[in-house]
Amino acid sequence: MAPIVSIRNLTKSYASGFQALKGVDLDIEEGEILALLGPNGAGKTTMISIICGIVTPSGGTVTVGGHDILRDFRQTRSVIGLVPQELTLDSFETVWNTVAFSRGLHGCKPDPALIERILKDLSLYDKKDTMLRHLSGGMRRRVLIAKALSYEPKVLFLDEPTAGVDVSLRKDMWHLVERLRASGVTIILTTHYIEEAEEIADRIGVINHGQILLVEEKKALMAKLGRKQMTVELAEPVTAIPDALSPFGLALSGEGTRLVYEFDSSGERTGISSLLSALSHCGLRVKDISTEQSSLEDIFVELVGEGK
Amino acid sequence: MNFEAIKSIYAFEMARTRRTLLQSIVSPVITTSLYFIVFGAAIGSRMQEVEGVSYGAFIAPGLIMLTLLNQCIGNGSFGIYFPKFTGTIYEILSSPISMIEIVIGYVGAAATKGLIVGTIILVTASFFVDISIQHPFMMVLFFVLTAVTFSLFGFMIGIWAKDFEQLNLFPMLIVPPLVFLGGSFYSIDMLPPFWQTVSHFNPVLYLVSGFRWSFYEIADVSPLVSLVTVLGFLIVCLSITAWIFKTGYKLKN
Repeated sequence: MAPIVSIRNLTKSYASGFQALKGVDLDIEEGEILALLGPNGAGKTTMISIICGIVTPSGGTVTVGGHDILRDFRQTRSVIGLVPQELTLDSFETVWNTVAFSRGLHGCKPDPALIERILKDLSLYDKKDTMLRHLSGGMRRRVLIAKALSYEPKVLFLDEPTAGVDVSLRKDMWHLVERLRASGVTIILTTHYIEEAEEIADRIGVINHGQILLVEEKKALMAKLGRKQMTVELAEPVTAIPDALSPFGLALSGEGTRLVYEFDSSGERTGISSLLSALSHCGLRVKDISTEQSSLEDIFVELVGEGK
Repeated sequence: MNFEAIKSIYAFEMARTRRTLLQSIVSPVITTSLYFIVFGAAIGSRMQEVEGVSYGAFIAPGLIMLTLLNQCIGNGSFGIYFPKFTGTIYEILSSPISMIEIVIGYVGAAATKGLIVGTIILVTASFFVDISIQHPFMMVLFFVLTAVTFSLFGFMIGIWAKDFEQLNLFPMLIVPPLVFLGGSFYSIDMLPPFWQTVSHFNPVLYLVSGFRWSFYEIADVSPLVSLVTVLGFLIVCLSITAWIFKTGYKLKN
């Protein structure tokens, strides 16, 4: 199946000479949830803005549903929904009117029943006649989502949807994303929260300094890059790591009571059994053993760190 | 054509007018009534007739033009500047809507509002002075053309302005002198020859003159020249707007 969004060698340079995007290639499959991770200024928002039509690209092409975003902007923008990062809303409009306005802008006939359903889904219905400036930050975020859903887009961009959002709203947001995916919507979200990507994404892309560093299935990524760590708790502290253990590259911590061993869980030989036998060979008594897997966050920090 | 979008933008802008009814409609009516009381009743009663028309009636078309220009430039510029200022412009830019449609929506609404206020002023004026309209068709033509042209002019200012000071530069600093020195309150025959020549470089003179001619058949310049001037300015504004949209000037990075 052809990807729903296809980005080829996309570049963007600003008048100041700053290169926000340096040749991005990315395919987004229909119906998937793709999380784009990257530090501030990595180029996430620039990329989304270009696809949505807010920023003009300097070079490269983007197609959405097979249509070029510049030549066939009507087709592409009709199917794209955007929830921007900033809480930009008119202060003096009501919730209902601003959502209906978005639907109209996208060339759709008024559909009060649909808007009512969207507002109810987002727990906004009882606020429908409230002026936007009277809403809390979380509510405003929901209104932005309602606006983007008002014309039933097929591709939805969520630019840091949970920045500055409390835990319960964040969970609500994740459920909403799940529901949208179930209805066939392709979702691209950018986030700082690795936890969020880990929770809901199918694939993860990491972007930094205007370049995509990698795009992988989440599971594959975690398996590929995920390092495991085994901590050995010793019955008696040691002052130094015995020479016999040096091939294992252990680290000593906890005032000599803990030995930390890092290994590759996907490797053929993890080296755990030889380490354990070497430990007993040295006469060290083991009190406890624990292992832990590195999170996406560690992977991310490592990747972005390498790019520097 | 994305008619739903044009309708949405137009309705959104008109809703803004309704929300600010006091400032948008009532305040220009009060201001103009004051002009009529001061210039028409108080000073006008001591002035001789201008080319057979009472002074109060003479200034009515000029006052309507003054209000129309201010309203159209103000509304046209604010309508597009404000979304730029708050950031809600993202939605317009990411909608399946062409630049022509954006202009029709915003400029159409600004012109409509200008025409509404202008009409109210005309009605208000008729309470103070005797108004006669000799050429109703030409009067409406001048009225509508001016409204559209200056709403478009305002729209361009709104796109160009990078802060509120620049936004207010035209309505507050440039339009008033042009209107006051453009024969709104006098016939330029009353001026010394040097200032008559200078006045001919003032585009507002042609607007006011043509508009007044459609009322009383008195004019400083030929009504045809007035009409050509308005049309010319409209074409200039259209060309600049087309260029703005082609290049994305100040709208898109």
